[in-house]
Amino acid sequence: MIRRITLTGYIILLVVVIFVLRLWQLQVLEGDRFKMLSESNRLRIIKTPAPRGIIYDRNGNAMVKNIPFFSVSISHDSIKDIDTEALASLLGMRESDIIDRINKRDQSPFVPIKLKLGLSFEEVARIEARKSDFPGLFVETEVGRSYLYGKTGAHIIGYLGKIRSSQATSVELKDLPQDALIGQWGVEALYDKELRGSPGERIIEVDAIGRQLRLLREISPVKGKDITLTIDINMHKAVEDAFGTKAGALVAFKVDTGEVLVLESLPSFDPNIFAKGIQYPDWVSLINDPKRPMLNRAIQSQYPPGSTFKIIPAIAALEEKLIDRNATVNCTGGISYGRWNFGCWRKGGHGAVNLHRAIVESCDVYFYELGKRLGIERIHKYALAFGLGKKTGINLPPIREREGLIPSQKWKMEARKLPWYLGDTFISSIGQGSVLATPIQMALLTAAVANGGHLYRPILTLEDKPSSIKVDVGVDNLQIIRDAMAGVVNEPGGTARRAQSQLVSIAGKTGTSQVVGKKKGLTGERFMDHAWFIAFAPVDKPEIALAVFVEHGGGGGAVAAPIAKRAIEAYFKVERGLNSDKD
Amino acid sequence: MIKIDRRLIKHFDYLTFSIVMLLSLIGIMTIYSATRPPVETLNHPDFYLKQILWLVISLSALVIVTLFDYQWFYRLSRYLYIVGLIMLIVVLIAGKTTMGAQRWIMLGPLTFQPSEFFRVVFIIAFSAYLTPLQEPLQDKTYIKSALLFALFPLLLVFKQPDLGTTILLFFIFVSLSLIKGINRKFIALALVIAIISVPFLGQILWDRLKDYQKSRITAFISPEEDVAGAGYHINQSKITIGSGGLFGKGYLKGTQGPLRFLPEKHTDFIFAVYAEEWGFIGSVFLIGLYLLLLLRGLDTALKAKDEFGRLVAAGITSMFFIYLTVNVGMTMGILPVVGVPLPFVSYGGTALLSNFIAAGILISIRTRRYELFYP
Repeated sequence: MIRRITLTGYIILLVVVIFVLRLWQLQVLEGDRFKMLSESNRLRIIKTPAPRGIIYDRNGNAMVKNIPFFSVSISHDSIKDIDTEALASLLGMRESDIIDRINKRDQSPFVPIKLKLGLSFEEVARIEARKSDFPGLFVETEVGRSYLYGKTGAHIIGYLGKIRSSQATSVELKDLPQDALIGQWGVEALYDKELRGSPGERIIEVDAIGRQLRLLREISPVKGKDITLTIDINMHKAVEDAFGTKAGALVAFKVDTGEVLVLESLPSFDPNIFAKGIQYPDWVSLINDPKRPMLNRAIQSQYPPGSTFKIIPAIAALEEKLIDRNATVNCTGGISYGRWNFGCWRKGGHGAVNLHRAIVESCDVYFYELGKRLGIERIHKYALAFGLGKKTGINLPPIREREGLIPSQKWKMEARKLPWYLGDTFISSIGQGSVLATPIQMALLTAAVANGGHLYRPILTLEDKPSSIKVDVGVDNLQIIRDAMAGVVNEPGGTARRAQSQLVSIAGKTGTSQVVGKKKGLTGERFMDHAWFIAFAPVDKPEIALAVFVEHGGGGGAVAAPIAKRAIEAYFKVERGLNSDKD
Repeated sequence: MIKIDRRLIKHFDYLTFSIVMLLSLIGIMTIYSATRPPVETLNHPDFYLKQILWLVISLSALVIVTLFDYQWFYRLSRYLYIVGLIMLIVVLIAGKTTMGAQRWIMLGPLTFQPSEFFRVVFIIAFSAYLTPLQEPLQDKTYIKSALLFALFPLLLVFKQPDLGTTILLFFIFVSLSLIKGINRKFIALALVIAIISVPFLGQILWDRLKDYQKSRITAFISPEEDVAGAGYHINQSKITIGSGGLFGKGYLKGTQGPLRFLPEKHTDFIFAVYAEEWGFIGSVFLIGLYLLLLLRGLDTALKAKDEFGRLVAAGITSMFFIYLTVNVGMTMGILPVVGVPLPFVSYGGTALLSNFIAAGILISIRTRRYELFYP
């Protein structure tokens, strides 16, 4: 018996040796192959997108809509066996594009690879019909975005786009699927997190051949938050109509809150082409368009503000008590300084003008004189107090607001390495030369003049709390300026008579910023002056303030003032129930 | 009543005890890993907790068994065997049916699997029966014993149906017979009859098999033929083991078990889950532990002070050996799929308890290996 027990021991040893050899074969010799096979045994995670929050204008008009669209995806486990050529012809894609997409996968292997977005119904039907030939291929429904007003307000509303590679690593976005559309521009980008909601998720167990075994977990998507903007989309439409084919910008504020009523930059772009994922050629034509539709002229473009700037030296001189409302300057059509002659726009001169007339008729000589008395440093100080030369704080990602420029002795020495001359003060006093401002800065300044010196931070949603800084100026002095601005529109000889409205009393100030020196005699649109107009209304109890800028528009009174009038009338038609357009 | 003898502690078989404990702990760890939910937020099934509870019960059982002199089993063998058979009949009449098999008896909240205990009872009873017989076994007495010990319980277990235990009982019967010693002429004759009757008997057996049992056998013969169907288990098990590579994916890093690609991952296929996470090195270590346990068991058989102890020790060792071979052979795809657990490691309370009792008997035999030692 002992012999037989010992024999059993050898049998055991033999079996153990066989096991070890088999383990060696499976784990070491064939380990890599089995490791790959185990990778294909996976879960499939399907993200169900959340309906995005709706963006409304201040009057409750929905400006965007969520629309379903279809996309086709393939699961990871089916990639190996797929006939990419046949798949390419089914989807109407290039084979190389499909291979690129498959190779680009960097996400969890549980998440299927999206092959094509924005399928038509015919394409969906064709794919469904041939599903059996391509295991692992499936159609998903996604939520896309439709911009109901098209180009109108596009610069402020913005658009959705795919997550860019530079964004993909951010903590906030890393849980989103690779092909998710997120806000990339304007309010869509600024409030992306709120609007986005949280996507739902379906975790499905699939076996090695891609059969769905069971649903492990399902989380319903949560709709994103709706956002009500301060803008008035009907005003935007009126502005767009008024501009016609001209390029430029119009920014309008509620004077007592800093709410942005209009922030329009023209020409604009149609955000709907981004909604399903923009195609490359469309993008190229947008960014190469010589009219630069992607440029937000309201906050990104800075130009000499021309005579609209005269408000600043006027206030400064009153505050510094260098003049009073009756003091006159005799305008003979120009002023000589050394070898140079600084002309008034009216060559014959205005004669003796006080401050009121100087603003109404936009006399340049009067302001040369004010500039001479004030000096550039004091002009600089008041300009900055009214928000020029610095950012207003409006936030419309991804674009950066420009600061404009208010020159000073220090600035000229640093930037140009030259001392400041009196001539520099002259041309700065009438908003030419080195003075630069953006339309939004001019609109905010106008609002501050209209509301008694409160410089607001621009706000975009009705939930934002207004905040302002009080500019240290006398109420009486601002009243003088406002009276003068009312004269610009309403008095004989005013430069903006074309802004006069039967509906509401408007006050304003024109400006024309020179593109080239007048004497060179160049003609053509490219060399036409830029037109400015700043305005507020109603005159006695201002509610709305705005700035219009028309690129190469010519004279401010002729071109910019009528646009301002249309915008203001559009506002009051709604506010006072006078909306007759819709009938 | 039971006095703990100093010698009981001195001669206690610490090696067997340690191996058995180590295997059980590896088992609980692997059950924990195998039953992990595929998604973190899902609940973790409490199989591992139940197994810990069963381990505590089994450990107490082992201690009690060790305290008893195994001679008691000799004296009580006849009654144990009768009780065992009755339980097998009861389970057929009043047992609970799960997954197409009637194997369980409900005892209040506990489910109890009589066939798991019967294998230990079978070893004790058959050893007791063989002990007084002359070796080599005479043909006539042997046929009698075959009918008495093999046929009846085998049929009862097969009827449940529990193919795994049937095969196990058959092999225990054969190995104990061989160890006791059979006439060579008889072995030769049995072989000839077996070979001739394979097609005939095979057909009868085949017809009696359930569909899932049949498909498992076809799948074993050509697993690649139907990857998603019946060959699925074998292929998935091979993938699981193979993907572990040399060093393994690391504890709690295996994917096959949690993702449910592996069936019965915490019971019959637990070796695959272990091999995936611990790799070739860990697997060899585990198999090495079993080798040590088995060789120690055989050594106990050699050192046993009497014929009964020798036969019981050899029987228990062959039982562990057959389980190991069938289970590991199955998960590695070198034997057909038969639902047999890996002793001490697989999830299963009754199996763990009966294995601990068996180990307790082994320890008891070794501890009392000296002639003069009668506590």
